[in-house]
Formats: sequence, C-alpha cells, structure tokens
Amino acid sequence: MDQEQLIPDLYRKEYGRMVTVLCSRFGIAYMDIAEDIVSDTFLSAAETWGLKGVPSNPVSWLYAVARNNALNSLKHDRVFQRQVKKDLTIEGERSFEMEIDLSPKNITDSQLQMMFAICHPSIPVEAQVSLALRVLCGFSIDEIAQALLTTKSNVNKRLFRAKEKLRLEEVKIAVPDSREIGVRLDTVLVCLYLLFNEGYYSASQDKVLRRDFCLEAMRLTYLLIGNASTSVPRVYALMALMCFQASRFDARVDDNGELVLYEDQDIRRWDEELIQRGNDFFIRAIREGEVSKYHLEAAIAWWHSHPAEEKEKWENILRLYNQRLILEYSPVAALNRAYAFYRVYGKAQAIVEAEALQLSGNLFYHSLLAELYTGVDNEQARRHFMQALELAGSAAERAVLEKKLDGLK
Amino acid sequence: MKEFALIFRMNGDAAGAADITPAQMQERMTYWNNWMGSIAARDRLSSSGHRLGIRESKTVAPGNVVTDGPYTEVKEFINGFIIVKAQSVDEAVEMAKGCPILFGDGKVEVRPLVAPDDNK
Repeated sequence: MDQEQLIPDLYRKEYGRMVTVLCSRFGIAYMDIAEDIVSDTFLSAAETWGLKGVPSNPVSWLYAVARNNALNSLKHDRVFQRQVKKDLTIEGERSFEMEIDLSPKNITDSQLQMMFAICHPSIPVEAQVSLALRVLCGFSIDEIAQALLTTKSNVNKRLFRAKEKLRLEEVKIAVPDSREIGVRLDTVLVCLYLLFNEGYYSASQDKVLRRDFCLEAMRLTYLLIGNASTSVPRVYALMALMCFQASRFDARVDDNGELVLYEDQDIRRWDEELIQRGNDFFIRAIREGEVSKYHLEAAIAWWHSHPAEEKEKWENILRLYNQRLILEYSPVAALNRAYAFYRVYGKAQAIVEAEALQLSGNLFYHSLLAELYTGVDNEQARRHFMQALELAGSAAERAVLEKKLDGLK
Repeated sequence: MKEFALIFRMNGDAAGAADITPAQMQERMTYWNNWMGSIAARDRLSSSGHRLGIRESKTVAPGNVVTDGPYTEVKEFINGFIIVKAQSVDEAVEMAKGCPILFGDGKVEVRPLVAPDDNK
C-alpha cells in the first residue's frame, strides 16, 4: 500500500464502519461521541505509526485501539459516564465490553441498521445524503462540501440538525420489522439514488471523488441485496440502474475533465463488465413482475448501454419515460422525455412538448430548448443558451454551452 | 389547482377489435402512452385511473334485474377515466383535446371532482 495514502485510505474505508458499530452499540443519540472516539483513534494512529512504524495489520490495530478508547471513555469520561453509562448499566458493563464486536458480519449488520436510522422520514433527504456520506461512507466534511458544491459550514449545520432530529425522535438503529419495511426501504432507496446521482452528475471537478460517491452508493445498495428482508425487486432494479450508468463513467468525462455528451462518447470506453453485472441484476429485478420507477429507469439505462437501431431505441426510451412519469412526476424525467420526444418526432413537435413543461430557471430546461431551437429559430436558441449559461454552475458545463453557442454564428 | 376526471366514452356501434390490425393497435397504444406521458410530464396527472372492461360486465336494475353488458338503452359506454390537475375546467378541456379517443368517434367528458368542503 502507498504509505503516503495509507491513513487517508484507511480513514475512507474504516471510519464509517467503526463509527457505525460504536454508534449502533451506544444508540443514535451518541453519534457525536462515537465519531470523537474514532477520530481520536486515527489521531493516535498517525502519531504512533509515525514514531514506531506501521503495524503489520493496521486495520486490526485501529479496531483494537477504537475498542479500548470506547471502553476508556466509558470508564473515565465524565460526560460519557453521565450520558451513556446509565443507559448501559442495565445490561451491565461486562456485556458492553464483550459486545463491541468488530467482526465483518457485525460491521455489515450495523451498516445496514444505520442506513435505516439515517434514512429516517423525519429528516430531509439532502440531510440524509450528507449524513450517509459522513457516517456510512467516511467522507470528510471538506469532500462532502466540495462534491455538493456548498460550504463546509453548510454541511456542518446540515449534519448537526439531522443528528439533533434523530436524537429527538429517538430513532432506533435497526432494520424495521416486516410491517414497516416497505415504506422505510423506499426512503433508503431515494437516498441511495440521490447519493449515486450526486457523484454521477456532480459539477465538481474532482473525478476521483465523484467516482467514489458512485461506488459507495453501489456498495450500500449491495448491502441491501445481501440481506433477506431487503433484497426485493426494486433494490435489484436500482442496482442494475447504477451498474448501467456507472459503465459510462469513464466515457462521459474526457481527459481534460470536460463533459462528453452521450452522442459523442467512445463506446470502447464503456465498461462491459459493469454492463454485464447490470444485466444480471436486472434479470433478478423483473422476476416478480413488480414495476417501480427504478425498473423503468434501469430499462432506459439499458437502452443507453446496449447498441441498438436508433429508431427502435428512442421509441422505447420515450415509451419508458412516459411510463416513468405516469408512475411519478420528476422534472428531470420530464426534460429527458422531451429530448426522447425530439429523437422520435423531430424538433418542431418536441418544442411544443418542452415548452409546456414550464421549468424556466432550470439549467437543463434552457439547454434543452436551446438545442431544440438550433437550426429552427437561432434567435430563440441563442436566448436559451444565454439563460442556461447564467444558470450553469461549473466550468465544464459552461464550456459545453459556449461551444454550442459559438456554433450558432 | 383543481382536480378533474377525464371520462372516456365510446360508441357501442364503433368498429370492434376484429377490424383493427396489430400495427394499428400498436399505434393506438403509442398515442395513448404519449398523451398520458405529456400530461404527466407537466405534473398534471393526479391518477392514471382505470380502464373499464366490456366482457363480464353486468347492469343491476331496481328489483335486482340483472342484464348483460354495461348499458341497456344507451349506445354509449364508459371505457375508462383518468384524473388530472388543472387551474380551471378550460385548462382540463385543453388537455382532453389531445386524447387519442377523439381520433375515432369517442368522446371525453370533463367533470370536476367534488371536494368534501365543496358546497356549490
């Protein structure tokens, strides 16, 4: 392992796991304490390893120290005593000592339980995403702020409020029982879907970080697949969708970090293995005949990931977007439907459909209309390109728009 | 925003399924799919409603007199409905104008949903 990257890598991989295990043991109200214990553990690793060299198994070193730190806190820290110990003494200190279980199985179970706690309907989905990124995936506040294009203090505020809410609601760290699981699982899926999209569509320049977001979303979805009570068809469908989308991750950004539009992508850069995995998950997803929005979006992504005759492809994509919207409205799906409408029926009819959406103030609404008006009414096209440019957040997005605006002249 | 039911009415004498080619059926399906998708894309679809079948339908009249079919005297029958959101009945009518049932000799009836506190 690269020594320079050793601690950052371990932090990324283990921070979330350790916090999650400690927190599931202490209860949701003590998330901050669990985070402090793990942060202290990494700090002592940095100091100790710097002095004495890196131990042969750094992970078990971290787990052993975290376990000790947790027990020491329990014994010595006054605040901790007051807050946690009284809750735990019912079961006795010995059982506590024996139960900080950092085995792979308990890590997986705890993460699954924590996923349901974090994705609680009482907190807004944006806060759920930030909390998942921090606690389940171990991203730093800096990284989260960068990817979500916001400030560190905003992320901190969001996390603080969310934790406060979880504490007040006395949310249990557990997989809900069979009566509740359907509804609660939907909240979890929305969060994971958004987490993936934050990575996939983020305007952030940091390609590695964005890819990590996507991979983490896939890892967490995979945890749901591994559990009997959560491996339902729509979870497989979401997983298939993520695989199909991620297969184009390399193709959609060029070596200079510029966005490559779908039409211009080099098919050789699509990841065949991920497409195949997506196919496998999709077959599992459609076994029971359930049709969720994830099924429809996975089917759309399937058409985008497999070579097909243009007419057949876009007719199917339009049909699927229609179904997707009939099931549940989404502005993004509405805009994509208008684009598919253009590919099937041409620009004139698509302009009518697109303008009916009335989404002015939305970047993609204006860039779509600009695209549709190009060659039909260049003055209108220019107007929409200018509006899109005003709304574009990143240099990469502006570069694409400016190139097209130049092409108008 | 108010809710309106768009009720699809068909003429009982209209051409039966036997006269329609599979290609025409496919085309009809695409029209319906696009029309519903277009309303949904504007976030104006409140419920995708239901299609109502003809086979296995009966009418029960006073005195528990049961007859076959959805109609006895009238030639028109209802074959489905959806519920849309619109600012006014005129706007709901505009949505109904695109309905593929109008390509044949069907009709769309636009009716407001009555809310519990509506006392007009």
